[in-house]
Amino acid sequence: MSEPLQKMEAASKLLELKHIDLSFGGVKAISNISFDVLEGEVRAIIGPNGAGKSSLLNVINGFYHPQQGEIWFDGKQRHSMKPYQIAYQGISRTFQNIALFKGMSVLDNIMTGRFTHMHKNMLWQALWKGPAEQEEIENREFVEHIIDFLEIQAIRKTPVGRLPYGLQKRVELGRALAAQPKMLLLDEPMAGMNVEEKEDMCRFILDVNDTFGTTIVLIEHDMGVVMDIADRVVVLDYGRKIGDGTPDVVRNDQTVIDAYLGVSH
Amino acid sequence: MTQSSKKPTYPAPGLDTFPKLLQHNARMFTNKDAMREKEFGIWQSWTWSQVADEVERFALGLQANGVKAGDAVLIIGGNRPRTYWTMCAVQSLGAVPVPTYHDSVAGEMQFVIEHSEARVIVAEDQEQVDKILDVKDRCPAVELVIYDDPRGMKGYDPELVKIQDFVTIQAQGEEVRKKNPKQYQQLVSMGKGEDVSIILYTSGTTGQPKGVVLTYDNTLLTGYYGGLLEGLTENEEILAYLPVAWIGDHIFSYAQSYAMGFCVNCAESSETIAADMREIGPTYYFAPPRVFESLLTNVQIRMEDAAPFKRKMFKYFMQVAKTTGIKLLEKKSVSLFDRFKYALGNVLVYAPLKDALGMGRVRLAYTAGEAIGGEIFDFYRSLGINIKQLYGQTESSVFITVQPDGEVFPDTVGTPSPGVELKIADNGEVIYRSPGAFHSYFKNPESTASTKTSEGWVHTGDAGFMTQSGHLRIIDRAKDVGAFNSGKMFAPKYIENKLKFFPHIQEAVTFGDGRDECMAFINIDLGAVGNWAERNNIAYASYQELAAHPEVNKMVGESVSEVNESLLGDEMLAHSQVSRFLILHKELDADDGELTRTKKVKRKLINERYKVLIDALYAGKTQCFIETEVAFEDGRVGKISGDISIHDAKTYNPVAQAS
Repeated sequence: MSEPLQKMEAASKLLELKHIDLSFGGVKAISNISFDVLEGEVRAIIGPNGAGKSSLLNVINGFYHPQQGEIWFDGKQRHSMKPYQIAYQGISRTFQNIALFKGMSVLDNIMTGRFTHMHKNMLWQALWKGPAEQEEIENREFVEHIIDFLEIQAIRKTPVGRLPYGLQKRVELGRALAAQPKMLLLDEPMAGMNVEEKEDMCRFILDVNDTFGTTIVLIEHDMGVVMDIADRVVVLDYGRKIGDGTPDVVRNDQTVIDAYLGVSH
Repeated sequence: MTQSSKKPTYPAPGLDTFPKLLQHNARMFTNKDAMREKEFGIWQSWTWSQVADEVERFALGLQANGVKAGDAVLIIGGNRPRTYWTMCAVQSLGAVPVPTYHDSVAGEMQFVIEHSEARVIVAEDQEQVDKILDVKDRCPAVELVIYDDPRGMKGYDPELVKIQDFVTIQAQGEEVRKKNPKQYQQLVSMGKGEDVSIILYTSGTTGQPKGVVLTYDNTLLTGYYGGLLEGLTENEEILAYLPVAWIGDHIFSYAQSYAMGFCVNCAESSETIAADMREIGPTYYFAPPRVFESLLTNVQIRMEDAAPFKRKMFKYFMQVAKTTGIKLLEKKSVSLFDRFKYALGNVLVYAPLKDALGMGRVRLAYTAGEAIGGEIFDFYRSLGINIKQLYGQTESSVFITVQPDGEVFPDTVGTPSPGVELKIADNGEVIYRSPGAFHSYFKNPESTASTKTSEGWVHTGDAGFMTQSGHLRIIDRAKDVGAFNSGKMFAPKYIENKLKFFPHIQEAVTFGDGRDECMAFINIDLGAVGNWAERNNIAYASYQELAAHPEVNKMVGESVSEVNESLLGDEMLAHSQVSRFLILHKELDADDGELTRTKKVKRKLINERYKVLIDALYAGKTQCFIETEVAFEDGRVGKISGDISIHDAKTYNPVAQAS
């Protein structure tokens, strides 16, 4: 446990949420949640169904706008922003239900992740020769490194819709990585996978964290996975934060145990 | 180079080692590609002079790290340029490279590490390094582990063993070269033809693997002679995709590449081989029969799914190819009309098909290791692909016999290669004496003595005979050939091969030695049968479920009886018809120890593990329960169990047929 602790002491806060409240009409999805994510750590968000995990992720990447509370990212307070603006800030994500372009090849899908790094305007793109082509080549090279990293060379040209679920998840991770994010949000990256695919995915997540130094926030249901790879864990239940700390601390927390084993509220 | 000439003929005078050949090639073919690897979606290439430079820097780096003449250096890696460079770098120091199968588990690796007494290991990536660290405390001799791919290599404990990056070692070599530019040259010039060039551990169907010690005169000369025989030039292209620890790859992708100066292409990953082969279009190709078989199965499956017009066109022109193509390949006379039809077929079917298979440019293809089905063989030859069989083993540096052009038959393995003397021993075993005959088994004088006589004759362990046309025909492993209780010969592999020629049968194991009748285990081919099931609306969730399906059993039963019918024609083997069979509930797997890494059946182990089933076969039962352990890819062990149904097969009575 000494390694993550050391990491935490050294690192600064990359993201901080302060007293976030989010409701849809009368439904309170998130109430008064505060937590932080340190630079370079793997932060897990766990909780029973409907606890508000995905909502929280959507708040972080700007899909939802909280009614109250402050979000600080990379030292700056965030005001109301569109998701694409947040992507430019350096946050990318994957989705619980895969959101890839099914008819496009793996390569093209990952190339779309380079959107934030393409600067030539439509005129240049249409002309194609010259700067736009050069830009495409540079970005393609980066994407090829990701393909190599995720070991999906064999499916480079395969339409995504033809791939098995586990591989699609990997492609989605690839697309998120292509943006070279400071922070990567993973919404249940291992849902519906078999043991082998899960192990692969765990290895990739740790490798991403290790190789690129990317900060990772993930939602996951598989407790074994979370306890193995997360540096710190936030536990939600009914939109409230009920636990926060290293996996060991959280595992032994009575409130968390109650939430999971089901004690009447 | 004739049989009588005993003096070795090197590619050029004095070029008796691979490091010397490399320097020679760097001068001769300075800017010609020696090696390519697809990385990041693009083929990266290295010329001969670049390879020479890479090897030199790595060699000097190894020397700076204490590798000296006589040391063994273990190499664990797939077909990557650096794996091959390491071999040459190690050889230029007078040390001995010991490549091992990179898919072997830690335990298997431990044996080789201990036995070869390697102090330095060059490993491809984190996966291999982890395996070494797993067994490190049992192999205290290991001092240095060098890795190629830096991914995931952070945070290793340097206390355990010294771990270094490939490029760091090369940088150290660069320093040495700056100080003394002549040092490498001096090292290389010390090598001699009779020095040990490599130790290859054979997978071993029985017992522990044996380290086959080969000299430069073995590998270099055999490779060179083989190349001359087939007229290989520096313009060949070959795809390296078979294990580097296997003698075949060592000869084709290393020895012959150095001796003839041709280019070796390394695939991007093991899954992209088919696509990479298409892009490269090799001119020289080796594949075990299994690969040719599965390619053909794929073609057939795809054609079944094709539109009716395409299917008919394919059928028609394949028939044309069958009658005309082989004749054309063997330069026999063909009528003008047939030539026209073949040319038309070439435009419509053969050329696109060959291109899809990546064989559009293949001038010479070899297959070996197992018998190949006549149909499969003819299929490729009729397309105009010059595929030939050869016979060889690790101990002979591959080449014992090769089929000469124009004398290619499915059931023989050809005539003796240049310099090879061949004899059939009194017990029917094939023995040979050749320039490629191995030096010895490493640290195993008993095995050496029992395999290689003092006059240099080597026992192959295969039973065979010479046909009237001077071709060698192999029947089976000498020790596998048994006898029925009636005293008649039982050659299991012969029957199994016949069974395996059906696209839906992946593997077969037959029993009959010391019994009254022949019985068989069958493994279905999941790809072929799965496709068939899909087309026939048969639902299945696993191999086990599909294997147990009555329709599948019926289909296999028909194949078995077809084999029986064909056995009827062979006087020697008519009595070994398969009387009963069952389809196994799991695929035989090298991870479970049932096959060798080169996918040969380990009979003894199967006899023990599946004793229940064998007993049930012979007891006349129609059903049997079995539970077996299986090893998953991540190393965990699970169990598969189930009821297996046993079927009678239709057999034919030789006497009734005769009357």
